[in-house]
Amino acid sequence: MTAHPPLNSLQPRPIAERTRPKLVVVGNGMAGVRTLEELLKLAPDKYDITVFGSEPHPNYNRILLSPVLAGEMTLKEIILNDVDWYENHDIKLNTSSRITRIDRVLRQVFSADGRVEKYDRLLLATGSTPFILPIPGHDLPGVLSYRDIADTDAMIEAASRYHHAVVIGGGLLGLEAANGLRQRGMTVTVVHVMPWLMERQLDRPAAELLKKSLEDRGLQFKLGCETSELMRGEDGRVCALRFKDGSTLATELVVMSVGIRPNTALAESAGLFCHRGIVVNDTLQTFDPRIYAVGECVSHRGIAYGLVAPLFEQAKVAANHLAEYGIACYKGSVTSTKLKVTGIDLFSAGQFMGADDSEDIVLSDPAAGVYKKLVLKDDQLVGAVLYGDTADSAWYMQLLKDAQKVTELRPHLLFGQHHLGDSGHKGETQASSLPDHAEICGCNGVCKGTIIKTIKERGLFTLEEVRQHTKASSSCGSCTGLVEQLLASTVGGAYQPADGLHKALCPCTDHTHEEVRKAIREEHLLTIPQIMTFLVWKTPNGCATCRPALNYYLISSWPHEARDDPQSRFINERAHANIQKDGSFSVVPRLWGGLATPAELRAIADAAEKYAVPTLKITGGQRIDLLGVKKKDLPRMWADLAKSGLVSGHAYGKSLRTVKTCVGSEHCRFGTQRSMALGVRLEKMLFGMWTPHKVKLAVSGCPRNCAESGIKDVGIIGVDSGYEIYVAGNGGIKTVVAQFLCKVASDDEVLEVVGAFLQLYREQARYLDRTVHWVERAGLDFVKQQVVEDLEQRQTLYERLLFALQGTEDPWTEIAANPSHLQEFEVMSL
Amino acid sequence: MAQWKRICTLDEIPRLGARVVERGAPPNIALFRTADDQVFALLDQCPHKQGPLSQGLVTDTHVTCPLHGWRISLVDGQAQGADAGCAATVPVQLEDGWISLESSHESH
Repeated sequence: MTAHPPLNSLQPRPIAERTRPKLVVVGNGMAGVRTLEELLKLAPDKYDITVFGSEPHPNYNRILLSPVLAGEMTLKEIILNDVDWYENHDIKLNTSSRITRIDRVLRQVFSADGRVEKYDRLLLATGSTPFILPIPGHDLPGVLSYRDIADTDAMIEAASRYHHAVVIGGGLLGLEAANGLRQRGMTVTVVHVMPWLMERQLDRPAAELLKKSLEDRGLQFKLGCETSELMRGEDGRVCALRFKDGSTLATELVVMSVGIRPNTALAESAGLFCHRGIVVNDTLQTFDPRIYAVGECVSHRGIAYGLVAPLFEQAKVAANHLAEYGIACYKGSVTSTKLKVTGIDLFSAGQFMGADDSEDIVLSDPAAGVYKKLVLKDDQLVGAVLYGDTADSAWYMQLLKDAQKVTELRPHLLFGQHHLGDSGHKGETQASSLPDHAEICGCNGVCKGTIIKTIKERGLFTLEEVRQHTKASSSCGSCTGLVEQLLASTVGGAYQPADGLHKALCPCTDHTHEEVRKAIREEHLLTIPQIMTFLVWKTPNGCATCRPALNYYLISSWPHEARDDPQSRFINERAHANIQKDGSFSVVPRLWGGLATPAELRAIADAAEKYAVPTLKITGGQRIDLLGVKKKDLPRMWADLAKSGLVSGHAYGKSLRTVKTCVGSEHCRFGTQRSMALGVRLEKMLFGMWTPHKVKLAVSGCPRNCAESGIKDVGIIGVDSGYEIYVAGNGGIKTVVAQFLCKVASDDEVLEVVGAFLQLYREQARYLDRTVHWVERAGLDFVKQQVVEDLEQRQTLYERLLFALQGTEDPWTEIAANPSHLQEFEVMSL
Repeated sequence: MAQWKRICTLDEIPRLGARVVERGAPPNIALFRTADDQVFALLDQCPHKQGPLSQGLVTDTHVTCPLHGWRISLVDGQAQGADAGCAATVPVQLEDGWISLESSHESH
């Protein structure tokens, strides 16, 4: 028997055509096709699928029509699903074929070009149509709308023959059209009936800044002007606009962009209930249970969305029900807007205008071209407008979506999260101001131009996709804020930051970290297969993201009961050493509190010589790193080190790394407390503690703080009357100064408070959250309440930690003493 | 005819785990065992930066490279997702609980 799967399993299985139900999709745009993509992921063979589209093209990225108009991209580049895609998925595509009638009794659709198709399920994704002002002359030659490829082509063609254009409508699309025509060399005037631009997305101050910036680019504006007539020239073509006040404006081209209307004509003629859109319930089902509808044609809970992000959310839910999973629910979307005009950074979301019962926080610096307004209500962020500096738009969007209380954040809310890392991008915080060759991701060497090009060419919409395709922001994450800005400014409102509170643990499940933990606790689950069965995992044995998380949740929830699964640990935690780029390992013995005896130093030197260790390095955590050790030598090296009492330093794990200390009052003339002794006590207590992410401590003997307690997960600073305890600091990608937790009088109290804090972190943080991320979400007030104010709770947490740590063995000694564990390190030969 | 050489028994590789087999010269061969006891062999280097795939996390019929997280198919060595590259597959036999490799083999 060979280990390869039998060949026939790789061949396509014959599909019983007649037995499959028929799914017909009316509308070959982004909403309809995205629904199919989601459906194919869930149930690839379920339906016999036919798509009707009225345009002659396969599905393309409508959002990128503006860059096409502006000459920054070509039509070919914005195709999302080419004809091969339909063929490969066995989908019948009818282009240039408009459905004109639905017979709901016979379950058939009829197209203008004479096709008839039966359906078992029908998906309507008819999109929207531009609203045309019903004024005299609206149908003259030279009057266009801006909606599809044909419109875009017509504008490009007109720009090559004429010089003067007017865009009616100063909304998002109108301004993008105006900018595009200007880029193509036309003089362009934007006529807008409202007193300021983009009034549905911007307040007046932001709109003024936008107007000025667009004027600098050569656009002209007539605001507060209502068009009453389009006038016909001698050649039969539009030649001027006449306004309500009688004045006129000469032009050769008029683009009407005054809004869109859900395209409901087909649905209405079939007797489906429509009210400002095809009315659907939370499963995207219309009043006919066989008919679903998604996208801009839909009215959900009274709202018709005109942006692409909600369509994607709807597509996911509709697909779930078409696949007969029946568990998804669409509850509406919080949307945000970004203008896709190269070089202009603009963001708005939520109730940005404010109301009587809300408060505004405003920063206005017109000379610098920066305006920020945040609208708060009941201590929550409900709206935001950002102009000129949109670095924090993703963060605000998340606060908005999560409806998070912002009480603690309020003093610095306006100044943003500064979620960019501190290094690797030369301190730049605004992506729009950077040239194309600027390096955005310092880890993987990815520049701005490459990221934008990939987003456009591959049709990417999410941060995760950009990470996969460009590698930018996929290593240390320091540049994530910049990448998000690039994504947002390239695809506009289509980019929506992930929902922070309800993020699925990984693609293998829809459950959140919190839900998984709850199930482990409440159902007393003890193994990874038990979790996967109980929560209906989508993959047979998880992925490299969920397995280590599940293993941690199990052993931290049920210490001494759940068994550790080595195969679900990253190699470092399995081999108790740190893998290096050449596959060798580094070994870091624990030096308690950074102290060493001559015998220990000698043992390290001996081991380094005996195993020909190429590099010895003093680490930032006051340890000695032996780098370049072969994996098969590890057990023998550990055994040698153990003879001098050295144990594992856990320099490799999501665990207690080091407790860094200064010399303190034992030697230092300034020292007020015995920092070395306390550091050693803490390290011995916490030895072998597994945590959601690595944990670093420091103890300084006086406020001069030589051990750098201010940037540690737990930092302790001795003062004459006791100790100050600081938590949730970080000295890595992003330097975060630790926050004051409390002051205590004795060493014993330090142990109890620190133990309780770390146990709370162990129990509540998501896997791979550092303490800083967790405290940011949980709130320092909550942490204080649990481990400072509520003495009983502090005691309970502390006891739970001590129980979990009972009998912790040194992993090096344990492996050396247990032959069955040695297999991991043994190499076989051919 | 290929000469097959017995390397180890199935039990000597942990489920969802891997073992390393040294040849005369590098690279080594990585032997993988899936949850349902299928066995696969690849040259022990990731197409990305030559990371040792044997040290990765095994899921279903894939291994995730420990260096930069590329996901490699155990069946054909192809990198998954947006990554492009291929690790060399090595013929392997599982018979009567014994795992064998070709004793003088060329990588495929």
